[in-house]
Amino acid sequence: MMPHASTSAIRLTDIHKSFGAVLANRGASLEVARGEIHALVGENGAGKSTLMRVLSGMYAPDSGRMEVADAGGVLRDVTGWSTAAAIESGVGMVHQHFMLVPTLTVAENLMLGAELTSEGPLRVLDRARAAEQVEALSTRTGLRVNPARRVAELSVGEAQRVEILKALYRGARTLILDEPTAVLSPPEVDELWEVLRQMRSRGETIVLITHKLDEVMSISDTVTVMRHGRTISRLRTGETTPQQIAREMVGRDVQLASEMRRDAVLAEEAWVAAPASDAPAAAGSLGSTTFPLPALEIKGLVVASAGRSDAVRDVSFSISPGEILGIAGVEGNGQTELVEAIAGLRRVRSGSILLDHLDITGASVRARGDAGLSHIPEDRHSRGLVLDYSIADNLILGQQHHFARGGFVNTLDIDRIASNARRQIAAFDIRPPNATVPARSLSGGNQQKIVIAREMGRDFRVLLAAQPTRGVDVGAIEFIHGQLRAARASGKAILLVSADLSEVLALSDRIAVMYGGRFVVVLPRAGAGEEVLGPYMTGAEHAA
Amino acid sequence: MAVLLFLAQTLRIAIPYLFAAAGGVVSERAGLIGLTLEGYMLGGAFAAALGSYYGHSAWFGVLAGVLGGALLAVVYGVSAIRFRADQVVVGIAINLLAIGVTRFFLRLAFGSSSNSPRVTGFGGEQSGNGFTALVANPMIWLGLIVIPLVAWMLYRTPFGLRVRAVGEHPAAATSVGVPVTRVRYTAVILSGVLAGLGGVYLVLDQHQFTDQMTAGRGFIALAATIFGRWDPSRVGVACLLFAAAETLQIQLQGAQLVPSQFVEMIPYLLTIIALAGVVGRAVPPAALGRAPE
Repeated sequence: MMPHASTSAIRLTDIHKSFGAVLANRGASLEVARGEIHALVGENGAGKSTLMRVLSGMYAPDSGRMEVADAGGVLRDVTGWSTAAAIESGVGMVHQHFMLVPTLTVAENLMLGAELTSEGPLRVLDRARAAEQVEALSTRTGLRVNPARRVAELSVGEAQRVEILKALYRGARTLILDEPTAVLSPPEVDELWEVLRQMRSRGETIVLITHKLDEVMSISDTVTVMRHGRTISRLRTGETTPQQIAREMVGRDVQLASEMRRDAVLAEEAWVAAPASDAPAAAGSLGSTTFPLPALEIKGLVVASAGRSDAVRDVSFSISPGEILGIAGVEGNGQTELVEAIAGLRRVRSGSILLDHLDITGASVRARGDAGLSHIPEDRHSRGLVLDYSIADNLILGQQHHFARGGFVNTLDIDRIASNARRQIAAFDIRPPNATVPARSLSGGNQQKIVIAREMGRDFRVLLAAQPTRGVDVGAIEFIHGQLRAARASGKAILLVSADLSEVLALSDRIAVMYGGRFVVVLPRAGAGEEVLGPYMTGAEHAA
Repeated sequence: MAVLLFLAQTLRIAIPYLFAAAGGVVSERAGLIGLTLEGYMLGGAFAAALGSYYGHSAWFGVLAGVLGGALLAVVYGVSAIRFRADQVVVGIAINLLAIGVTRFFLRLAFGSSSNSPRVTGFGGEQSGNGFTALVANPMIWLGLIVIPLVAWMLYRTPFGLRVRAVGEHPAAATSVGVPVTRVRYTAVILSGVLAGLGGVYLVLDQHQFTDQMTAGRGFIALAATIFGRWDPSRVGVACLLFAAAETLQIQLQGAQLVPSQFVEMIPYLLTIIALAGVVGRAVPPAALGRAPE
């Protein structure tokens, strides 16, 4: 049989891939047509990234068949190829966590592994020619970047441009992008879409891994949905709805953030009409969102950073009981340092932090916790959990002194720890419901629920919620958002920091945009939308 | 004349540091801790004594010394790369191994527990402290160009680019098809060769091998690597600085202004100061000491 040109650029059939006991892919398939933008969607842990790493040669599949079109458009069996072979055949991947060496220059990163050398016996790097080629490619694609700069000095958006350039430099005709917008501001996202559309018009193929449905709807031609390592469905974008895709992703109906935003408004109106009984009575006019005495008050906070300039520069704000203040902004603009300073994990250079009018600026982390401060840290692995501890032990971290018997030789009260675990596991639906298993063995969503249960399942006044739904599945997002709303309704003050703008918009009463360590603007939710916030997030606009 | 003597002696002391520190830079830039430099030097020194003694030529000594250093580097590389062992633990073990092995073979080959018989060196039988002896010794010339060579390799060749990438972000290097494991093995063996040459120099200069003759020079070279912030030219300067301090101490020995132990502390004190960030930030290669996935 003569091989014939196919309309497909990629065909993956029944791919299986496991890591120890974890089955990341169990029968995943993907067919991508040449010259289309194909969205690969699914919850976190659905196996999207694994499948794409198999395709790009980073992992070999345990079983299954991989076919990729050659330059003539004929599908060739490439099962289990290497990264070098994938690059050779024009398949390039832009990883979620950039695969760039920060200490090298842009040009050096581009030619790494495919170095340009001078002629002659001494094969010396040809920097001049590399810089020329980068310039030429930059001009052709519209991805502007200075080849002589070190990657460490670039902004996240620029670094991503370098990643895309790197793939194109190696002659990629098929580009795989893993959650490319996670770190970008709205204008940078628009710019990326423009680049991808241009590539499509040149006949190049793009696979876009994402879990944001608005992105799927606005940019893709075709959607493949994965769930639990399997391919569930393949849909034409024009013939489907976000609701349908979400249903396929989760396996049941879910409430989307865009819908939540609308519902949240309704919920608040209901709450204004009939204030919860434990909401403070000292409230002013709730309807005009003037809130009562602040539960958390920050005055002139300055936090130093490892770099030359301060990470947080003169930030002041207050949050009232029953209010969520959301902080939007591109990551790395001081949000992390702000939250950690309030939580007591980072030294404050100047300014003060008041919790219910009690100055906790210099207080220990434990004293802050006992004063009513809860903290959901942005990175549950480094700050939120001890992965090798059991669920029960993780549920008392930071509060272990409340679970001690006291006395001359202080011992932990095992029975109370166990009953606390039972109660929290039931209340926060942590799965598996076995208090003795190590946190490491849980899914991201359930790990996060441990943190949420520990921080919110106790008496607290103020909650710092940093990236509360990062890397968790849609079902867990729904649950966590519900918990945050319930806490607001019961009069807690919440500071929410999220890289996901739709999350900030869905939950917050007021929204502050942080840029360059400052609050550039604070808006009531009614006055904030992506279009309004975008320019502030890039620093293009400043409040008067 | 005193100045010339000072310079000549500084140079003699600096040469083994320059060799070993060049090896330290190559190893650490590729992500492998250079704790083993001391062991490579000792292994290289003993092998050089064997080669020169039985081959009746200093060049056989050089060849054998290079192999000796490389052999220990292979052991380190296999443990740290293939078996992903903790580099500090293996590094200490390699150094202890080098002491034991050289002592064992010293007794076996030369029937002595302290030193080898006299071996052939460079520059004839008369070696003094003057310049004539220095100029006649090719090891001196090699030592002087080893740092520029490593700098050229690191910043001007494809292999050097890969070494720098592999020590900073091995996953990124893998993703673009760089054979990370092969680059690391090559770098670690090269560091064994270079540090081994440091040991060769000691033996050929002193015309014999003595038990534990490296006496911590590999650690001073590692200190120079860190003090020089992993950049070859700065590391070269650090080696010369440490050697000058040592020369000063030797020349002041009669005067007894300060106890010699204090002068011996200088390299380590400077290194601690460098690591504490007093003279600019010392940022080690990001993947230093970590086994790649």
